[in-house]
Amino acid sequence: MADMTADLSQAGQEKLTTADGKPLKAALASAQARSKRRAFFLVAPLLVFVLMTFVVPIGQMLHQSVYNPDFVYKTDVTTKETTPIMVNLRAWFDENPRSTEPDEAAYAALVADLVVLREVKAAGIAGTRINYERSGSRSLFTKSARKAGKLEAPFKEALLDVEDEWADPTVWAAMRDASSAYTLNFYLAAIDKTRGIDGSVENVDEKRALYVKLFIRTLVLSVLITFLTFVLGYPIAHMLATLPLRYSNLLMILVLLPFWTSLLVRTTSWMVLLQSQGVVNDALVGTGLLADENRIQMMYNQIGTIVAMTHILLPFMVLPLYSVMRPINPSYVRAARSLGATSWTAFRRIYFPQTIPGIGAGALLVFILAVGYYITPALVGGADGQLISNLIAFHMTKSLNWSLAAALAGLLLAGILILYWLYDLLIGIDNLKLG
Amino acid sequence: MTDTAFVEFDRVQKSYDGETLVVKDLNLTMPKGEFLTMLGPSGSGKTTCLMMLAGFETATHGEIRLDGQEINNIPPHKRGIGMVFQNYALFPHMTVNENLAFPLEVRGIDKSTRESKVARALDMVQMGAFGNRRPAQLSGGQQQRIALARALVFEPELVLMDEPLGALDKQLREQMQFEITRLAHDLGITTVYVTHDQTEALTMSDRVAVFNDGRIQQLAPPDLLYEEPENSFVAQFIGENNTLEGTIKSISGGIAEVALDDGRIIDAKPINVDKPGDRTRVSIRPERVEMDVSRLPKGAHTLDAEVKEFIYMGDIFRTRLSVAGNDDFIVKTRNAQGQTRMQPGQTIKIGWLAQDCRALDAG
Repeated sequence: MADMTADLSQAGQEKLTTADGKPLKAALASAQARSKRRAFFLVAPLLVFVLMTFVVPIGQMLHQSVYNPDFVYKTDVTTKETTPIMVNLRAWFDENPRSTEPDEAAYAALVADLVVLREVKAAGIAGTRINYERSGSRSLFTKSARKAGKLEAPFKEALLDVEDEWADPTVWAAMRDASSAYTLNFYLAAIDKTRGIDGSVENVDEKRALYVKLFIRTLVLSVLITFLTFVLGYPIAHMLATLPLRYSNLLMILVLLPFWTSLLVRTTSWMVLLQSQGVVNDALVGTGLLADENRIQMMYNQIGTIVAMTHILLPFMVLPLYSVMRPINPSYVRAARSLGATSWTAFRRIYFPQTIPGIGAGALLVFILAVGYYITPALVGGADGQLISNLIAFHMTKSLNWSLAAALAGLLLAGILILYWLYDLLIGIDNLKLG
Repeated sequence: MTDTAFVEFDRVQKSYDGETLVVKDLNLTMPKGEFLTMLGPSGSGKTTCLMMLAGFETATHGEIRLDGQEINNIPPHKRGIGMVFQNYALFPHMTVNENLAFPLEVRGIDKSTRESKVARALDMVQMGAFGNRRPAQLSGGQQQRIALARALVFEPELVLMDEPLGALDKQLREQMQFEITRLAHDLGITTVYVTHDQTEALTMSDRVAVFNDGRIQQLAPPDLLYEEPENSFVAQFIGENNTLEGTIKSISGGIAEVALDDGRIIDAKPINVDKPGDRTRVSIRPERVEMDVSRLPKGAHTLDAEVKEFIYMGDIFRTRLSVAGNDDFIVKTRNAQGQTRMQPGQTIKIGWLAQDCRALDAG
């Protein structure tokens, strides 16, 4: 006994060691190293997969949104060699502040660069880059580059002879902005702003303002769809949660069946139902409730987008709600009733608050999915049912302005992260119950 | 009885599926202030009765009256009955104070009255310091007290308890049994208590209703229930019991002679047997068996028994015997000075007073 106490008091003061004198911490680490290594190898494939398909692309996307080198160098498609372009002009921009009127030296630099552009066949790309900032500039570059070789001093007059648009200070402002590969101009463009001649941020022409309106529409439609799925899903989830298991399993299949059906099938089914010559309109006209010429336009507009997306996203609301409602013991409501609460009060004060984690999870899930939804609005949205994701896709595949697409996507991502943060602040992420 | 009845079940029947009756013809009257326990195995209909009284189930037939008023069609929140649930059903998203204030709040009682009543109820269950905790931060026993306080805070005249102590450990359960009965008596509340634990029923109640198969088998104070069971179900269900099967030979002068299946004759008190030739199951409590037959009155019938096992339990000895074909015949003897300790294999004679041995139905 005395020995043991001595051992214990010693242990408190000195570094603990194993029987053969190895430090205890090192021994523990080496004993656990093997299992840690094994655990790491088990998750490694997923880790690599997530890194390659998720982290890296998102990183690239975010980089692309602030980086566009098309006015700085040209990359050869086959050899991957890069050639610097607009070298002289960039040097002139570096030497002269923004307010400087382009002088003869500037034009000389521009012409020299245009000659290079023609040699390396980069006039189109560089022109497109300026075109993002100031539309109509691409042809200015291609046309001038073709003739630049023959121009002689004084270059200012010579170039203005070819294209008097060069005198426009907005061209020079745009070139100055594009002369640096890193720029925030795409983010400005994504919120309908642009840089003026003096470099200050100003609103774009009202006729060209598009993105903010679309962001707002996406937000409003997503909130509306989230609300609709909640209103429709809550009673369903409640019924599923309170029915005996054998019935609720059967009904659960009805909820899940559309979930397992192809998205395209479901979307096109709504087209069949809702289009002006579709089932619903035909039925209304057939029963005489609607005159043939007054067929309701329910497809290829916002109504189509809302109806189809609500239907498609409904399971994402029902499932988290169900998983939260199922374990709620019916004795809570009974207790409330026996304590004197009407059934409405019992629901409002006792049952509903306990389902909030499910509502939060469902709403967050549906909202995030709705904000980024693409296929359904593309198919059934028509002109006014398009969402921001459709525009991102447009810039990715049609206009090829990847930087702007990336900036729009970056804003969307930031918005969702802010929402997630707010959710964590208000409800707490650990309360999130998905299933 | 009907004039003083506070709670009254009048020919109540209940069926869930329209094919079987869960409660068959229930008649029960309770005076004000009584502590009545519904005791029975699971599925015997006791919880259903409680739920009908609380208003969560409707009676298929019959009337339930509370203080003379029929309450069959009154919704639960208007009955003013306090209820303690098996799992306590404390609202998890509210603090203890909010839980207790809830019944007062829905009754529109103003804030200051509410606060004083909540504080008083918490003090009553010695939980005054826990008002700001959430139910999840309390132990099972503490939750139990809060559930009790919540059921009492709005001063109901009738409180229902559905196996409220089922989740507690033995020591805590015994303590809470005492506290619940004390509170119920101090406050003069009428209590209906449901349990399947017979010890709980015997120690707490004024009267116990033993349920089986949808009927009340016997309704009596605990001592009568234990000592004078009216049928073999009650005899079996309450306490430990030895049974022997046989046929009535004769009944005279309040004593029945029973011929056991191996031909031997014993004396018993006829309870629910009426004529010679009836099959019967005689029942005798282990502590009423006499192993020293010289102490029995003259002419008492005795039986041969073989000792199978002797178990030393400290305060008592438990001897397992083989008697007339029953190998599980238990005798309990007090660990008194000079008490003999039996050896397995030993053959002894046993007997009992005729009034301790009850000839009941064959079950």
